[in-house]
Amino acid sequence: MSERFKIAIVGSGPGGLSAAARAAERGESHVLLEAEPHLSNTIFRYQKGKFVMDEPGILPLRSPVPFKAGSRESILGAWDESAARLKINVRHGHEVSAIKQAPGGGFELKCTNGQLIAADFVVLGIGLQGNIRKLGVPGEDLPFVQYQLDDPDEYSGETIVVIGAGDAAIENAVALSKQNNVVIVNRKDEFARAKKGNEQAILKAIADGVIECYYNSGPERVDALSVGRKKGRMILNTASGKAQILIDRVIARLGATAPRGFVEACGVTFPNKDPASVPAISSQYESNVKGLYIVGALGGYPLIKQAMNQGYEVIEYILGNKVEPADEPLLKAKFAKMPGFRSVDEALARIQKNVPLLASITPLQLREFMLDSDIRTPAPGETIFARNDYTNTFFSVVDGDVQVVVDEAANKRVSLRRGEFFGEMSLISGRRRSATVLAGSNCVLIETPRRSMNRLIASVEAVKRHIDEVFILRALQSRFAPEASAEQLADVVAAARLEKFKAGDVLFNEGEVGDSLHLVRVGSLTISRNIGGKDVVLSYVPAGNYVGEMALMGESRRSATARAAIASETVRLDGESFKKLVNRIPVLRLRLQSEYRQRTAANLAMQALPTGGDIISFLLAQGAGEATDILLIDESLCVRCDNCEKACAETHAGTSRLNREAGPTFASVHVPTSCRHCEHPHCMKDCPPDAIHRAPNGEVFIADNCIGCGNCERNCPYGVIHMAYKPPKKPGLIQWLLFGRGPGPGEAPHDAHDHAEGEIKKAVKCDMCKDVHGGPACVRSCPTGAAIRISPEEFPAYAQSRS
Amino acid sequence: MHDSILTYAKSRYLWIALALTLASLIAYIAHDPGGPPNGGTWLGYTLGTIGAALIVWLMLFGVRKRNYRNSPGTLRGWLSAHIYLGTSLILVVLLHSGFQFGWNIHTLAFVLMLVVIFSGFFGVYVYLRYPNLMTRNRDSATRTAMLDEVAEIDQNALALADGIDPKIHAVVLRSIQNTRLGGGVWTQLRARDGSDIALDSLHASLAERDKRSEMKTTEMPTMFAMVDFLAGRATDKQGEAMRSLIDLISRKKGLATKVARDMQYQAMMEIWLYIHVPLSFALLAALIAHIVSSFFYW
Repeated sequence: MSERFKIAIVGSGPGGLSAAARAAERGESHVLLEAEPHLSNTIFRYQKGKFVMDEPGILPLRSPVPFKAGSRESILGAWDESAARLKINVRHGHEVSAIKQAPGGGFELKCTNGQLIAADFVVLGIGLQGNIRKLGVPGEDLPFVQYQLDDPDEYSGETIVVIGAGDAAIENAVALSKQNNVVIVNRKDEFARAKKGNEQAILKAIADGVIECYYNSGPERVDALSVGRKKGRMILNTASGKAQILIDRVIARLGATAPRGFVEACGVTFPNKDPASVPAISSQYESNVKGLYIVGALGGYPLIKQAMNQGYEVIEYILGNKVEPADEPLLKAKFAKMPGFRSVDEALARIQKNVPLLASITPLQLREFMLDSDIRTPAPGETIFARNDYTNTFFSVVDGDVQVVVDEAANKRVSLRRGEFFGEMSLISGRRRSATVLAGSNCVLIETPRRSMNRLIASVEAVKRHIDEVFILRALQSRFAPEASAEQLADVVAAARLEKFKAGDVLFNEGEVGDSLHLVRVGSLTISRNIGGKDVVLSYVPAGNYVGEMALMGESRRSATARAAIASETVRLDGESFKKLVNRIPVLRLRLQSEYRQRTAANLAMQALPTGGDIISFLLAQGAGEATDILLIDESLCVRCDNCEKACAETHAGTSRLNREAGPTFASVHVPTSCRHCEHPHCMKDCPPDAIHRAPNGEVFIADNCIGCGNCERNCPYGVIHMAYKPPKKPGLIQWLLFGRGPGPGEAPHDAHDHAEGEIKKAVKCDMCKDVHGGPACVRSCPTGAAIRISPEEFPAYAQSRS
Repeated sequence: MHDSILTYAKSRYLWIALALTLASLIAYIAHDPGGPPNGGTWLGYTLGTIGAALIVWLMLFGVRKRNYRNSPGTLRGWLSAHIYLGTSLILVVLLHSGFQFGWNIHTLAFVLMLVVIFSGFFGVYVYLRYPNLMTRNRDSATRTAMLDEVAEIDQNALALADGIDPKIHAVVLRSIQNTRLGGGVWTQLRARDGSDIALDSLHASLAERDKRSEMKTTEMPTMFAMVDFLAGRATDKQGEAMRSLIDLISRKKGLATKVARDMQYQAMMEIWLYIHVPLSFALLAALIAHIVSSFFYW
């Protein structure tokens, strides 16, 4: 016989807890089901004393449960206290294994401990972490058995057993082995699951005897010991019998069961197979299963405060009340600028009516989208963005019109009217703005940041399709035929296809018969020829340019090989329809021919150089192809004085963001470990508070609202971001000179562990000294001119200057 | 793109320095002091003022180098000017003195200046020559990576030696203890490490073992030879281990030499500053004394 409640809440994270609290406050019959013996497992598992941020700061909190930025302990303490005060009906140890719709309406929830619970409504707040896989043997919950590791430097002199053979286990084991005696336990006889680098690292550590490894082994049990110097004992089942290890700590990294399978089994559908996709929910957080609601990270809202607000709101919605969403005042403030503003709902409706691109998205998505976006009402003639700016926001025209300056010299302009959009070129290619845009009369625009726009493109297929179509047409117009109308280009656009290439993929080979032309939309290509049995790079083609026209212009075979330098996307234009276009527009032929001549001359010049192409190849192999600005050091000039690093530290609060010595060298060209300000910065990919931005001059920088999660550090393939405490202020020069206070100019600032109480490590990276007058300090402080910063477009000239 | 300090801005400061020296020379030749040329004439005072101003400005380079924020110009522009204008100082000051020397504070200031300038020339030489040598020597490895590898080889060598013979173990251990990279100025500049000795004694012991085994096979009766052959497996294994030990230690020697040389180059690029900078302060003191005393005895 099952117990019956009105509302069953699954998961006691911020969203679930807040929902349960609201239900308790309203006196509704409810139950909060939690698998763990404590509330809010994800936050519970944070490192001790971790400072939890309350981003987004502007959003008000609406929940019976308090939440303020503070230490993990203070937050969990306040939550436990509220749960007791509000008499939330929480059931620990209830891991829900299935949710089924009951025949007579409502739901039936089955728990792994055998309990059955019936409910009219279900609120799912299980987050995205999934359930951590435990050891599954006696002693798995002992205090020294842990399932994650935050700071390996915290431990020293311990005997630690690491269980697992994945990347997390290997990284932990290797990091811990610096100061501890580490044993790794692998169920299999190899580390095949791990990344190449990690596999090599662990095999080397085992071969060197730094880490002891038990292959084909698994834990049998863990015991706590009360006597002796070690805290516990672990018994292992090995291939050759049992083994006993005296230990201080066990770290098990066995992964987690992703929640998607469970959610799908509940009947909830996901829009696509993309692992990042979240189930579609209504503006009242209801999923496609009637009566099943989803809040928090699982629904696509990863921040604590958002989840808590949703928990509150979802209960009100279930009770049939209409609540003004928490973001209403924020949206109101945003829309107040709009001429003729009456209410938020009316403004949202007007946007959806006027902008076809946004017509297909759900109201909840639109609210979220507008919360991130800005309404702009520029005066007529005002510059919205200038050509060659590095901004990458996306604009939709709600009302009025804007003028795009197509040809500066001839003052040729194209106007875009209500419902159209612009700024998609820089958004997609990650490069500079291709044209200046000026405001027209009565102009009302929505300016959306890159991240929110990309999220929308990724989650709504119709938006993506619409933007891609417009992109192709505009790319054709801007690159080939500004005088052609949309009708004239219709054939070419219809035959055009978007193609994706991985780094190193070949678009076409030298000698092939050419039937198409590629316009690079994302990434960049290299053009190379086989000379004397060796592939020699002749040029570098960044996004916004095209390749393959030579074969269409007369020569029928490809004169060179085109390869993707980095992950790239091109618009592939069909040869036949393109030839027709050329025949129809004679001036296009002349334009192509003159460009063709220039390219041939440049390629010949490059071909004549002995090492030119090698330098470009070397740079591209270092990932420089996706850079917008890269620091290069000429080692034949560098006197290793490290003044560049000192200058970086001095201009950036004492922490250098560049490592001169590290990094590869070829023909005296050294690529130090330093930010390249990528076209599509990897660091921006997954920044919860959206703290990483690109400045108009192209600098990628981290703003102060960084919460120190370390995602960017992990996502950067070039290792140029690290986490650091803000060092204490340096005493002045006179203080140092006369009283010996603090470090002197250019000296290492301080003890890295010396920091204020409650302070957190934040991500630091190169910002190209955007706030320092005169440009990057590293380059300006190089006494011998060895350090320069260049962009990939300059690689051919650079290579020529060096050979 | 990359510009050496000498060719910076099309050697702008070379031309400025040449113009300065040429102007000084012409003025000196054209000027008739009405006696032996000396620092007391109007030209002497002019050249002296220029010289003193140059010295003060040249010393400001140290301040500019440490001023990383909002400072005028690029550091390499400053360095280029520092070199060329510093060189022109020799002639300006010579002409200022009217070639009068003696055992006094004035000549001391001049000598100090020359030492500072010539140590600077050495600096320019090493700055132009050593970076390339350093790159070639390092071969894309970092110094820490090389040191890590040395430490790793040491561990492996010890483990290997342990299995051969206590005597060999002692030799290897001593060799490890003798390997000193870095240290005092002299050690850095000499670029030596102590792994030679170990290698020599290992070679010797291997040679001896080989000789002994040859002796055995030629001199011993067949019966004994067979027994020895059977027992010899162990020694053969040891020989194998010895050879790989020698390989390891040779590799380490190569690496250690590289590191030592790397340090040597670095030391060369820094050592001259320990003459150049302190003596420039001594020069400044002597210069002040020179100026004060000149006016005092006016």
